[in-house]
Amino acid sequence: MIFLNFFISGISLGSIYAIIALGYTMVYGIAKMLNFAHGDVIMIGAYVCFYAFARYHLNPFLGVAAAMLICTLLGIIVERLAYKPLRQAPSLAVLITAIGMSYFLQNTALLMWSSNPKVFPSIIGRGSFRLFDGALSVSHITALTIGVCLVIMIVLSLFISKTKMGKAMRACSEDKGAAQLMGINVNATISMTFAIGSGLAAVAGALLCSAYPTLMPTTGALPGIKAFTAAVFGGIGSIPGAFLGGLMLGVIEIFAKAYISSQLSDAVVFGVLIIVLLVKPAGLLGKMTQEKV
Amino acid sequence: MKEKTKYVPVPSRSILPERDAERAPVLECVKLGITLGGIKAVEDFNLTIGRTEIVGLIGPNGAGKTTVFNLLTKVYQPTTGTILLNGKDTHGMNTMQVNKAGIARTFQNIRLFRNMSVIDNVKTAMNNEMHYNMLSAILRLPNYRREEIAAHRRALKLLSIFDMQNMADVPAGSLPYGAQRRLEIVRALATNPSLLLLDEPAAGMNPSETADLMDSIRKVHEMFQIAIILIEHDMSLVMNICEGICVLNFGHIIAKGTPDEIQSNPAVIEAYLGRKKEA
Repeated sequence: MIFLNFFISGISLGSIYAIIALGYTMVYGIAKMLNFAHGDVIMIGAYVCFYAFARYHLNPFLGVAAAMLICTLLGIIVERLAYKPLRQAPSLAVLITAIGMSYFLQNTALLMWSSNPKVFPSIIGRGSFRLFDGALSVSHITALTIGVCLVIMIVLSLFISKTKMGKAMRACSEDKGAAQLMGINVNATISMTFAIGSGLAAVAGALLCSAYPTLMPTTGALPGIKAFTAAVFGGIGSIPGAFLGGLMLGVIEIFAKAYISSQLSDAVVFGVLIIVLLVKPAGLLGKMTQEKV
Repeated sequence: MKEKTKYVPVPSRSILPERDAERAPVLECVKLGITLGGIKAVEDFNLTIGRTEIVGLIGPNGAGKTTVFNLLTKVYQPTTGTILLNGKDTHGMNTMQVNKAGIARTFQNIRLFRNMSVIDNVKTAMNNEMHYNMLSAILRLPNYRREEIAAHRRALKLLSIFDMQNMADVPAGSLPYGAQRRLEIVRALATNPSLLLLDEPAAGMNPSETADLMDSIRKVHEMFQIAIILIEHDMSLVMNICEGICVLNFGHIIAKGTPDEIQSNPAVIEAYLGRKKEA
């Protein structure tokens, strides 16, 4: 039963990683860049949520909606100001810009909200479901996190496969030049990808801070890196890969904490990543791409 | 650059077919030119294409044929000259806008969206005729359903021109070579062009596939009543289906005319075969 408990909290943590990993993987798939500022968008989203319920006493769901709106705009602005001018630049320049943007967002948060940790109120309280006569307890936030992650995955997969925007995104990820010649607005499609990823980051921020209630300007950094790892683990560029990678990473992390050592858990997580990449260099669900000649 | 060919002045006659003479041309290029890395890749390119004309663009390798296509589709911005598309100056337009204004193309090396299904390739090209927004897409509102169904039907209809409707759900990358070439034409047609650019449609095809392709191009031309420019090295194809031919060499037009005129033009023969040694 304890095993099941750990497993469920692993899935829940993994769901958060999966939602964040979507942002990395979608942006990588379409713009072919690693947006290292993504983790900090989560933190901004969490702060917006925090102020919405703690200061303005908004309904939690309205608060999350407000955070999504602000993060979506933030994502579009960051892309427009920092990445769009570098569309033709070498990928190293874009990478450095992304790291710079990450520090910029962190330090802006530090100026605006100071480094004092804030205690984040859970969006749905701290109750839990008790199953099997109390042998298994699943907190509401854990259940909500898993549910939200599943809904996001299903809606997003349908969106990508069945709508014109989804088709435009897939077309851009394969061949931007050809997509443009078929009348697709590549810049708008890239903007939309950033918007979706950043909106989801706000949701992840609210869920993350509801489960782990300490909120600081660096809150987004480590989950951001872990989610990036999850995206690589599952095969970067692949949406089911982000889902699978996120869940597996969460479960491995919780099991490592529970059965090996809580200090070593991150080492175990990254160790598993190295082994997977040695066996499957493109990640679990990633495709090896051949260089075009 | 050393001039290798002496340009024999060619009488510049209009090559518009009679049926298009009364109608405004679909494309007019005036003194079009581009300098790429210090080399004048195309210079002084003048061409008028009638509303329903099929024109061949031929010339030795490196003559600038694909560069002309890249200029027309604004992959390169021309350094000099103007392009009028349906009477409208395309100056300042980008690739996407030129496509909306009516130019569609295929590629010398096939550039399908290989991991997408055949029908999704076609529907991707219809993006501009679907107007639903993100909200109705996520909530699957009636206008989303209506437009997606209409696009699906039209895509199947376009695929059926080449009898490809039963391959609709196959990934485009797994189609045989000839089918991929035809799918590129279907995808280009899905954007509702008034001018279709075909870049070496018969490259890598055997004679019977080329014959099929020729029928396909004729069929498309008849059904859609659009203008077509094709770059091709297969002379039997060019001479058979083109009404007008334009010959490029070293970025210059060295001859324009009907297939018969081109075949007997001394400048063309020289560009392809070299000059006779002076005895």
